[in-house]
Amino acid sequence: MSKFKKKTSKGLKAIGTASLPDIVFMLLFFFMVTTVMRDTSLKVMIKVPSATEIKKLEKKSLVSYIYVGRPQTGLQKIYGTEPRIQLNDQFASSDDIRDFISSEREQMEESEQKQMTVSLKIDEKTKMLIVNSIKTELRKASALKINYSSRKRVSENPA
Amino acid sequence: MPRPLQEINAGSMADIAFLLLIFFLVATTMDVDSGLSRLLPPMPEENQVDEDTQIKERNVFVVLINKDDLLFVEKEVVDIDQLKNLTKDFFLNPLDKPNLSEKRSMEVDLFGNVMVSKGVISLQNDIGTSYGKYIAVQNELTAAVSEMRNTVCMQKFGRKFDDLNPLIETENRVIEAVKKVIPMAISEAEPKQIGGK
Repeated sequence: MSKFKKKTSKGLKAIGTASLPDIVFMLLFFFMVTTVMRDTSLKVMIKVPSATEIKKLEKKSLVSYIYVGRPQTGLQKIYGTEPRIQLNDQFASSDDIRDFISSEREQMEESEQKQMTVSLKIDEKTKMLIVNSIKTELRKASALKINYSSRKRVSENPA
Repeated sequence: MPRPLQEINAGSMADIAFLLLIFFLVATTMDVDSGLSRLLPPMPEENQVDEDTQIKERNVFVVLINKDDLLFVEKEVVDIDQLKNLTKDFFLNPLDKPNLSEKRSMEVDLFGNVMVSKGVISLQNDIGTSYGKYIAVQNELTAAVSEMRNTVCMQKFGRKFDDLNPLIETENRVIEAVKKVIPMAISEAEPKQIGGK
């Protein structure tokens, strides 16, 4: 009997929380280091196609993004449901791409401008009409390194 | 008389750290950007002679996706699963068939004299083709080229092409050589409006 009573009489011992800040700080530093800030808020819905032969994009500072997809549900009343191009934070037309590229270029260091890559984040249901006009504009702006953003597909056979 | 140093209460430090932690958790995007890399051809200069007319028809591998996302290879409907093998056959042409690509002998660093295919893939699409299908086809073509490169590299150097590191100079030399033996020749024609929208 006394075996069991002994414990209750002592009361619950509190777990030491002194090391909790250390653990939290560790997590905090991990996230601070791995974080890339979201610099644009997406106004279009994008589900990028899947592929097997993908390569990772190095050096984020050299990458500019072009988004194409249908406007998000809340914005469909104003912008319609047809796929649109988004540059930075706003909708744009393909004519704006050249200005966009040159302004992105100016933000880079001169030595790195040649390595500039444009990542095309395009919804898989988009028609090639838009994609082709973007590609033509990129060629005119001589931003020739592009990357068709896609997800990793695990299975061998395409869906 | 100096006052005894008072210790700062560190009990709330955890709370502050938690606050920061949650902020970074929310603001973080973990996804690594990846995709198919391509190099677009530069815009043709104004008075440039069109060189496309000089390529023989047998050396052009026509891949066409129509507005209904149907895939045609050399004017025949094929399933996307077959595309990779068809592409490889076209370039390697092991039996020297007259309807597949020609080869010419070329002097390549590390390889010496090798037969290099003259073939070019011509990828055409309609303005109504969906981007998903286009990427699926691009992916298969890339897969075909990288498989051929891997085979060549394995035969010659006993290593896979994908495992080579371009930052190491000797390996980079191998990469450049293999790229010359198996070039990635995809030419994209301006899209035609074949069917209605």
